[in-house]
Amino acid sequence: MTSAHTAATDRIGHRHHVSPTASAEAASPAGDRQAEYGTLMRKWWFGAAVGVPTMILSYPWLIPGLRDLFPRESPQLWWLWVAMGVASLAVLVYSGNQFFAGAWEALRHRSANMHTLIAIGTGTAWIYSTVALLLPQLFPSEAMTDVYYDVTVVVTALVVLGMAMEVKARGRTSEAIEKLIGLAPKTARVIRDEAELEIPVEEVVVGDIVAVRPGSKVPVDGVVTIGASAVDESMITGESMPVAKSPGDEVIGATINKTGAFRFRATKIGSDTALATIVRMVGDAQASKVPIQRIVDVVSGYFTPAVLILSVLGFVIWYDFGPAPAFAYATIVAVTTLIIACPCALGMATPMALTTGVGLAATNGILIRSGDALQAAKKIDTIVLDKTGTITLGRPAVTDIVPAGGFEPDDVLALAAAAERDSEHPLAAAIVDGATERAITLAAPAGFEAVPGQGIRAWLGERRVLVGKQDFLEAAGVNAAGLEGEAARLADEGKTPVFVALDDRAAGVIAIADPVKSDSVASIAALRKLGLQVVMITGDNRRTADAIGRSVGIRRVLAEVLPQDKAHEVRKLQLEGRTVAMVGDGINDAPALAQADVGFAIGTGTDVAIEASDITLISGSLRGVVSAIAISRATMRNVYQNLFGAFVYNALGLPVALGVLYPVIGLLLSPILAALAMSFSSVTVISNANRLKRFKLAEVAA
Amino acid sequence: MTPDQIFVTVGGLAIVGFVAWFFWLKRTPGVKASVVADGYQEQMVLVKGGYTPDTIRVAAGRPVRLLFRREETAACSEQVVLADYGKSAPLPTGTVVPIEFMPGDPGEHEFTCQMGMLRGRIIVEAA
Repeated sequence: MTSAHTAATDRIGHRHHVSPTASAEAASPAGDRQAEYGTLMRKWWFGAAVGVPTMILSYPWLIPGLRDLFPRESPQLWWLWVAMGVASLAVLVYSGNQFFAGAWEALRHRSANMHTLIAIGTGTAWIYSTVALLLPQLFPSEAMTDVYYDVTVVVTALVVLGMAMEVKARGRTSEAIEKLIGLAPKTARVIRDEAELEIPVEEVVVGDIVAVRPGSKVPVDGVVTIGASAVDESMITGESMPVAKSPGDEVIGATINKTGAFRFRATKIGSDTALATIVRMVGDAQASKVPIQRIVDVVSGYFTPAVLILSVLGFVIWYDFGPAPAFAYATIVAVTTLIIACPCALGMATPMALTTGVGLAATNGILIRSGDALQAAKKIDTIVLDKTGTITLGRPAVTDIVPAGGFEPDDVLALAAAAERDSEHPLAAAIVDGATERAITLAAPAGFEAVPGQGIRAWLGERRVLVGKQDFLEAAGVNAAGLEGEAARLADEGKTPVFVALDDRAAGVIAIADPVKSDSVASIAALRKLGLQVVMITGDNRRTADAIGRSVGIRRVLAEVLPQDKAHEVRKLQLEGRTVAMVGDGINDAPALAQADVGFAIGTGTDVAIEASDITLISGSLRGVVSAIAISRATMRNVYQNLFGAFVYNALGLPVALGVLYPVIGLLLSPILAALAMSFSSVTVISNANRLKRFKLAEVAA
Repeated sequence: MTPDQIFVTVGGLAIVGFVAWFFWLKRTPGVKASVVADGYQEQMVLVKGGYTPDTIRVAAGRPVRLLFRREETAACSEQVVLADYGKSAPLPTGTVVPIEFMPGDPGEHEFTCQMGMLRGRIIVEAA
């Protein structure tokens, strides 16, 4: 109690100490993004307000009413354009300052980015127009040169609008993680000095007894001590069915208690809780890189300077070989080239899809560790499922009781359970549990003796009970031949037959099996539908293993594999040229998970950070494997779509901007259209990534 | 070719050459991280349109702590990624965010923003 108290005080003290470093809300990326969006939208509206009249007044001779007011060559038109020059400078300074600041900062780091291109593009258009206006004698043509202030203003406005939409859409891609963070409960009702006390969740310490009322959130991770209830864990595990909880069961923080009331002992708090670990893992994974991104990084390192070079070359070629006025055409081509190039679309293609895909997986109870895992999961063609705990529940249970003549099924079980009561054999636990479930009261044995690998001999009063293999019974003089046929049938079904004898008579056979999880058969069928070869691996004997394989629809069964040899079996499959995924628990199967190209760990309760795994399934269901592979495939498809789109956009846009179509069909792109296309292309990439969120898992599971 | 065309052509090619040299060929020697009291090699990195310094030299075999401080709101730089070390962190504006790692064997590693637009290098030198 005292130590708990001190710890609590420490935490409060610590919190107090940290609090001056700004509230977490304001410093969060989401808060930053909202502010950034607001700023960009104000810049856009200013640009748009100046842009519309600028566009109209740049070509007054095209508009009937204005034609007479501002005829070409007139002094009033000159003054109008001077006014536009001032207005567009204001747009550059207010709406476009980030381009110039960004370009300058990048230049200082010897790099170039979108800001560089837009700053040089709009800056060039403005300077050209201003020189044409103030020093017309520099231009060879005697006529008054047209100005391009509209280009400056409209391009700035459109690109700013594109950036604002991008900020908005980026926010949506990271919605999943913000939703997870938002799940964290705020308060907890702990029992202190016999009374229930509502305190902030940060002040809960390990060992506190926490009370949970119906309908309220479980505040931290822990183990139920009193009471029973059903808890909705869907927000963490992705499983929609509420899970029954009774004393000894683990509860996960942020899940919602449905019907009953219970108390639990806090075991994990603060940054150790399952939720905090999930948030951390998802954040890390979202920021990691898909291997293909490394190639993109190399390309984008050359991209922007290459565009600068193209633009200069375009200027030179148009100046030397283009039509008159050569200087004006050359300038427009150079500006259009700078503006249409979109390094952003290329750069965002992969991270945006990765962020969305990893977030989508997390909301379904699947933790993808990194971009590498995602790309690898897309490539697998073979999936190895560990039998125990993955396909089956991992808890052996009594499935059949075949009594010999003169015995009732419950009698057989009662005898066996009484004999096995104090045994530590795993099958003994199944028999005792089976008896308890059938409400059989267990007699206390007067004594018992276990023969390892054979069976157990116990005395109930004066009577001798034997439980074990057929050989064991027969060695003790019991004739069990009458049950042999039944036992063989049970073994063929993948069950372990256990013989029971009372005194010198065979009483019956009890079959014990590890039951197959309810959704394993459907999930295995779905995995095969995804085109994967499914392999089962188990330490069971060949006969049992084949029987289970048959019952769940797996043809390739690796039986009698010792736990330490599982990794070796995975390696052998890889040597066949297969890309192998392994599904197992994170402890016994860790070496095999690490050996596999992709390791899927089946999560257990609150322990979600499983080191050896690439992908962790928080719920124990195999359906998660199906979903994880489907999500990985969809995400990688999205990545390729984005990269392809960005590549094609630039590969088509740049030549058109450079005017390759001009000699053929006389088409020359306006810089304003280029700005529209550029903004549109980066927004398209993000929207495509967001489309992933609508990906329906049900379609795969069906 | 008229004289002005010759001038534009020569000038244009000179600019092309300069761009290629400036962005691709010239490399900075970088800043050597200093060892602080707790044994870490520490270096402050300002994030504003790029990383300052963008080339950090560290010695192999001694843990490194980079302190990132982002001084802009542009969304581009909101995350820094050290892909080779499997590390990344969101960078809220105005907050110092430490990233710690073991530099490993001598060699070069990049740190970038999430989209790879802003780049820096960590040069691991033999101790």
